[in-house]
Amino acid sequence: MDTKPEFKPGNFLYAGKASALETVGLPNPRDWSPTDDDWQLPADWKGIVHEGMAERLQRFRSFKLFMDVCVRCGACADKCHFFIGSGDPKNMPVLRAELIRSIYRGEFKTAGKILGKLAGGRKLTEDVIKEWFYYFFQCTECRRCSVFCPYGIDTAEITIIAREILNLIGCNIDWIASPVANCFMTGNHLGLKPHTFKENVEYLLDDIEEYVGVRIEPTFNRKGAEILFVTPSGDVFAEPGIFTFMGYLMLFDHIGLDYTWSTYASEGGNFGFFTSHEMMKRLNAKMYAEAKRLGVKWILGGECGHMWRVVHQYMNTLNGPADFLEQPISPLTGTRFENAAATKMVHITEFTADLIKNNKLKLDPSQNDHIIPTFHDSCNTSRGMGLLEEPRYVLNNVCNNFVDMAPQVIRENTFCCGSGSGLNAGEYLEMRLRGGLPRANAVKRVHEDHGVNMLSCVCAIDRAVFPALMDYWVPEVGVCGVSELVANALVMEGQGEREYNLRGEENPSYKPPAEDEASAEAGEEGEE
Amino acid sequence: MYDKGKIITGLVIFLAIFTYPLWSNMGKAAPVPKPELPPKSVATQCIADTQYMRTSHMTLLNTWRDDVVRMADRVYVSASGKSYNMSLTNTCLECHSDKVKFCDQCHNYLAVAPFCWDCHLVPKPKEKK
Amino acid sequence: MIGFLFSLVAVLVLVGIALVGVGGLGLKVLFGVIIPYAAVLTFFAGLVYRVVDWARSPVPFRIPTTCGQEKSLAWIKPNKIDNPCSTGAVVLRMVLEVLTFRSLFRNMKLDYREGPKIRYSSEKFLWLFAIMFHWAFLVVIIRHMRFFTEPIALWLQTLEHLDGFMEVNLASFGVGLPTIQLSGLVLLGGVTLLLLRRIVIPTVRYISLAADWFPLFLITGICLTGILARYVVRVDVVKVKEMAMGLATFHPVVPDGISVWFYIHFFLVCVLFAYFPFSKLMHLAGVFLSPTRNLVNNSRAVRHVNPWSYPVKTHDYHEYEDDFREQMVEAGLPVEKTLEEAEAEKTAKETPAAPETQETEEKREE
Repeated sequence: MDTKPEFKPGNFLYAGKASALETVGLPNPRDWSPTDDDWQLPADWKGIVHEGMAERLQRFRSFKLFMDVCVRCGACADKCHFFIGSGDPKNMPVLRAELIRSIYRGEFKTAGKILGKLAGGRKLTEDVIKEWFYYFFQCTECRRCSVFCPYGIDTAEITIIAREILNLIGCNIDWIASPVANCFMTGNHLGLKPHTFKENVEYLLDDIEEYVGVRIEPTFNRKGAEILFVTPSGDVFAEPGIFTFMGYLMLFDHIGLDYTWSTYASEGGNFGFFTSHEMMKRLNAKMYAEAKRLGVKWILGGECGHMWRVVHQYMNTLNGPADFLEQPISPLTGTRFENAAATKMVHITEFTADLIKNNKLKLDPSQNDHIIPTFHDSCNTSRGMGLLEEPRYVLNNVCNNFVDMAPQVIRENTFCCGSGSGLNAGEYLEMRLRGGLPRANAVKRVHEDHGVNMLSCVCAIDRAVFPALMDYWVPEVGVCGVSELVANALVMEGQGEREYNLRGEENPSYKPPAEDEASAEAGEEGEE
Repeated sequence: MYDKGKIITGLVIFLAIFTYPLWSNMGKAAPVPKPELPPKSVATQCIADTQYMRTSHMTLLNTWRDDVVRMADRVYVSASGKSYNMSLTNTCLECHSDKVKFCDQCHNYLAVAPFCWDCHLVPKPKEKK
Repeated sequence: MIGFLFSLVAVLVLVGIALVGVGGLGLKVLFGVIIPYAAVLTFFAGLVYRVVDWARSPVPFRIPTTCGQEKSLAWIKPNKIDNPCSTGAVVLRMVLEVLTFRSLFRNMKLDYREGPKIRYSSEKFLWLFAIMFHWAFLVVIIRHMRFFTEPIALWLQTLEHLDGFMEVNLASFGVGLPTIQLSGLVLLGGVTLLLLRRIVIPTVRYISLAADWFPLFLITGICLTGILARYVVRVDVVKVKEMAMGLATFHPVVPDGISVWFYIHFFLVCVLFAYFPFSKLMHLAGVFLSPTRNLVNNSRAVRHVNPWSYPVKTHDYHEYEDDFREQMVEAGLPVEKTLEEAEAEKTAKETPAAPETQETEEKREE
């Protein structure tokens, strides 16, 4: 407990900018760096932290219980990807929790107040705050430890609350605070203004026209659409997420879905979740508000991890009841999504799996024959929802070569990408590569044994961070969203020759039509 | 969401189970067992002192059994120097002839099931003279 | 290490206290009546207090840790136990968790091979030791009810006889009693293995606090003195029961002739009872209250209510449109208010009160 963390480039995240904090009214905005000696905490920071803890002990049974019942059996110790990748003992979930538990004992419990260290208690000092900052922004809230804990102690829950307390005294990171401020003002983390969002989508539509030969005309902020579609903004911005985004556009066009995009609710993700429960609620409110304003029947959500933790486990409690919406029914198959009866929001993979099951998609999986994909279960959809079979069902129908990783590292046992919960900043690359080691290691295994060359996932942060992780540990493996593979296999009405994939690369699985145009194509083939 | 009802139910069940010894004895006297000693006319003294016999008769009997069955040694010399035939039936039960009134008193009190009677016949209580 | 030594010494001191208190000072009423009553009272009152204290904090969100397929589409088989979809499933999940330690059964160990190559293998020792320890402890506690009830219920007698089916002759080692109660030995084995595990495995040693060592040493002490009292010293159990029944029927008696070893055993048990509610041992009750285990994963199907929910400041659509109306119109995005309407409203707000009403009236007339 006594070893202090050392802030070195690559192992800490830049501090939240004053301007971002001011935008959303977070306390103690200032310009500072974790490497500073003086963190410019508010004068009464100790009182604030103490009161903040007391308040949260009263609000969250989880927090209170998890402070009390740990027996330190050590079952969680080697379950954390950051511990595996860094070897730092305080990355064992049990010790991460002890960082705050020791203060709980030292400040709130009689035995701890009297016996101090002997009773596992310690006093709140500035060094403790620095340690909290270091380690609670070195936990991706993946919940893997919670699976193995005999009492289900969830370090994610502890980290969420610890970050909430740190936020009370203005100790937060830029990579979370700025997206939060952006999302608050513009509706998405990237700060894309309405016209920019639309323009970005139009670029993707141009690409689809070029590579697929179909012009798609989606609508934005359209009142009266049946469905509102919300997905993380990262997918409209950067590779390889944009290919997943193109996948959505093509899928919805293929089935003729009556849906609309919103530039206001243009973010599925929720970095507020990494700030505080209150901020999560503030950012999440846009989804229902926009659904209500546009008068849609229900909401469809894109591929994202923590977005779905929030949607599945929090949204209806935070901003419901959604009584202005209707229970989701697939307009194509008539399937009633009973599991979304109250929240009225359906996951794209559930939706697509249902379409495939009911033969509503025209698919040519051979278009993906050159791809040997494996699937990365996102932490949040696995351990905070249970979306395990749907993506596998979809993958098996749009690809011929799907290979799963070992059972110890998939489904509920899945390993984090190492960059979740707002830690996907560039300056944090070293820790991200360390935290991603277990996942990369498992991918490497299937790459070597089965020739896997594509890591598919249903999470925007995964898509953003895996390319770097794969480049470092398993350079031969690419990254894609499941919906990109769906789009590759979709036979679009009126499509042209699919010689190129959505990435504009020549598609090795493309087979030129042989019979009718055999003579016409013969020359070309000869040239090849 | 507090789930008050469920938690209180749980606590009540817990208390009900864990206070079993308190309520299961309610209204019942708990007499201390009084093993009936053989009349003075039969014997006035056992082969060892009472305190030893109370706590360790099973050890003695076990040793006797092994000595007799395995070593064919049938003579036990007591602390007072007196010799006894090592035999449950012929020595012990000679005086303590009523199993129910003697052995079972304490054994039942403590749920002890000695394996003596796996081989030995339960003696019929002798008619009192 | 301080925690380890402190706990060991603390338990030895406790043994010493009982030894001196009863053996030296003859304080039998204190150790045989007063302390036991106080300890049991502390146990029950403390435990109820702690549970009620937990219960006073609500579960604001439905946050089960899902460890299997959710109930979604009709044709996908849900994992009902690990991702419970109904109250019945939650009960099953909890029963299996509490009785069979399913989460611990999942445990696996990792090892590094050839640098950054990691392999995972099943690791069931923690589960095995924990099962041994807890089940044996339960049987031992239940068996001890023979001292506190009269007549002894048939099921208790049966348990006693089943547990004691083994007969071992260790007379030459000074162990006189031939009938071995297995649970006691398994408990001693379990607690010893858990202790050794804590000492031997570096990570577990590193995370251990005094609060972890103390109960282990205390329970080891209870086991050893219990085994000693039964097999070696052979305390006068008839008298022990007389005393126990006195306590259970609230007519305490302190018979003479009970070995001090019994008092040491009894005192350590009292300490365990009194210590229980203030320690990590409260996991006994806590496991039932864990929100990641005891909730149905149906938060999208049934609304969960947060009792302390409060309104928050959001940036609503109208504010958003006000920020970007011009660009939105330019980009062909639909707006709620046209530029003119917004402009009119703006000027209306900016101009003084009197003309404002006039203006709006004019507008209405139009």
